[in-house]
Amino acid sequence: MTQPLLDVAGVQKTYTGSGRTVEAVRDLTFSVGDGELVCIVGPSGAGKTTLLKCIAGLLEPTAGTVTLAGARVDGPPEAMAVVFQEYGRSLYPWMTVEGNVELPLKQKKLDKARRRELVRDALEAVGLADVHSAYPWQLSGGMQQRVAIARAVAYEPKVLLMDEPFAAVDAQTRADLEDLIRSLWHKLGVTILFVTHDIDESVYLGQRVLVLSSSPTVIMEDLAIDLPDERTQLETRSSPRFAELRGHVYEQIQLAKHRKGDQHQRDEVTPARTAHGATVAAQHDS
Amino acid sequence: MSTTEVRPAHAGAEPVRRRRPELPSAVLGLGGLVVFAALLELLPRTGIVSADYFPPFSEMVRALVEAAGTDRFWAATAETVQAWGIGLGIALVAGIGLGLLIGSVELLRRFTASTIEFLRPVPSVALIPLAVLLLGLGLQSTLLLVVYASFWQILIQVVYGVQDVDPVARETARSYHLGRWARVRYLIWPTALPYVMTGVRLGAAVALILAVTAGLVGIGTGLGAEIALAQSSNAVPLVYGLVIFTGLLGVVVNLVARALERRTLAWHSSVRADVGG
Ligand SMILES: Nc1ncnc2c1ncn2[C@@H]1O[C@H](COP(=O)(O)OP(=O)(O)O)[C@@H](O)[C@H]1O
Ligand SMILES: [Mg+2]
Repeated sequence: MTQPLLDVAGVQKTYTGSGRTVEAVRDLTFSVGDGELVCIVGPSGAGKTTLLKCIAGLLEPTAGTVTLAGARVDGPPEAMAVVFQEYGRSLYPWMTVEGNVELPLKQKKLDKARRRELVRDALEAVGLADVHSAYPWQLSGGMQQRVAIARAVAYEPKVLLMDEPFAAVDAQTRADLEDLIRSLWHKLGVTILFVTHDIDESVYLGQRVLVLSSSPTVIMEDLAIDLPDERTQLETRSSPRFAELRGHVYEQIQLAKHRKGDQHQRDEVTPARTAHGATVAAQHDS
Repeated sequence: MSTTEVRPAHAGAEPVRRRRPELPSAVLGLGGLVVFAALLELLPRTGIVSADYFPPFSEMVRALVEAAGTDRFWAATAETVQAWGIGLGIALVAGIGLGLLIGSVELLRRFTASTIEFLRPVPSVALIPLAVLLLGLGLQSTLLLVVYASFWQILIQVVYGVQDVDPVARETARSYHLGRWARVRYLIWPTALPYVMTGVRLGAAVALILAVTAGLVGIGTGLGAEIALAQSSNAVPLVYGLVIFTGLLGVVVNLVARALERRTLAWHSSVRADVGG
C-alpha cells in the first residue's frame, strides 16, 4: 500500500435527537492510500452516509478522528469533493450546467480563464461537452449525475467522496457511469472513496472493498480486489474471480446479519444462492 | 410547525403559474365581463336601481373618458402611482433585507416571531390617526400606510423562503466552501425568489389599495382625493368612472407582477414539472 492519505481512526457517531439516540456507526478504523480507489459496501442503514459525512467534515464524529494528509478534519477540507446521492437536489436548478460546475471554482479565487478551462475540461471528461448551457432539470438522471461528477472533478480535489451516486439511475446508465469513474480515476490519479450498497458494483470498481456490518456498524473485512486493472463490464463481471470475490463479500455481509441475530442460520447461506446480481439490500434508501 | 396558518401563499399560486391560460377560459372570462357591463347598463335604465346614485355603465365610462382628457386627472394618477411606487420600493428593500436576516438567523427568528404575528394583522387603515398625528397630512403619512401594508406581505414571504433551502443543497454549498456572501447570492436568494415574487405581487396590490385609501380619507392627494372630491360635488358618474380606473390600475399592477414572476422564475416552474423529487 502507498502512503496513507486519509486516516479514519475509531470513528463512532451517535445521533441524539428529541428523546431518541441512534448509534449509526460504532467503531470504524481504516486508512486509504494516496491514489487508491476504495469501495465501502454495506446494507441500507449501515451508516455509510454518516461515515462519509464524518470524513467530509460535514458531520462531527461523536468519538474518533479523521485525518487527511496529516491534518485533522474538523470542517470540509479544501482538498475534498463530495458527490451526493441526491444529484437532483445537489445541483442548483437556477444555474446552468456550466454555472453549477463553475460555482465552487469562484470560491477558489481562480481567474476567469482558468475557470473556463477547468469547466470545459471537466464537462468533456464526463462526456457532456455539448450541454454546458442547459439547465440541470433539462437533463436525464444519469446526465445530472455526470454534471455533479464534473463539478467535483473541476474542483481538483485530492480525495473524491461518492455516496451511492448511481443508486437512482437505470442499469445501463449505471454501467456507463461505473466505467466513467474508473477512467477518471486512471486519468486524474485522484483518490476515490466510493460508497455503495451494491456488492457487484463495489467489486467491479474497487481496488479494495471495505465491508460494513449492519448497525451497530463495524468493518467486517478489508478485502483486496485482485482483478486486472483493465476492467470491462462484460469480461470482468463474467470472470470466475469476480464471482468468487462477490460471493465472498456476500458471505461476509450475511455473516454480519446472522451474527447479530440467530447464530445457527449462518451456515445455511451460500454464495451460490445469490449468483444473479446480488445486492446487500433489495431496496436502496432514497 | 406552530405557524402553519401563515404559510406563504406561494404554494397556492403554483398551479396558476404552471398552467398556460387556455383560450376557452379567456373567452369565457371576457364574456363574463361583457355580461356584467350589460347588467350595469340595464339595471339603472330599467329603473330597478335609481340612476341618481347608480348611473348606467355607459355614463360612468363617458365621465371617465372626459376626465382622462384633463391634466388634473393624469396629475392625480401620477401622484397615486408615485405614492404606490415609493412605498412599495421602501417595503421591498426593508422586507427583503430584514427577511433575509431574520430568516437566516434562527435566534432572531424565534425572537421576532410573536412580534411579527402581532403586528402583521393590524390593518393599515387603523394607523391613519397615528400617521396624521406623527406626520401630518401629505405624502409622508400616505407612505407610512402604504409601507406598513405591503411590508409584512413581503417580509413574511422572504422569511419563509429563506428557510426553504434544501438540506442537500446546503451541504453542497458547505462542502464546496461557499462563503456567506456566495451562499446568500447563489443559494439562499434563488431559493427564496419564488416566495419573494409572491410577496411582491401581494404587496404591490395592497400598496395600491392604501395609496388610494390615503387620498380618499383626506391625508394624501391623487386618485383617492379625486374620488372624494367628485363625491362631495355630487358628480356620481365620475365617482364610478374613477373607481373603475383604479380597478384597471390594479389589474395592470397584477399583470406586470405576474409577468415579472414568470420571467425571473423560468427555471422554477420547469424544475417542478421535470424533476419533481
Ligand atoms: N440526522 C439523523 N438523525 C438521526 N438518525 C439518523 C440521522 N441520519 C441517519 N440516521 C440514522 O443512522 C443510521 C445510519 O444512517 P445512514 O448513515 O444514512 O445509513 P446508510 O447511508 O448506510 O443507509 C440509520 O439508522 C438512520 O436512521
Ligand atoms: Mg446513505
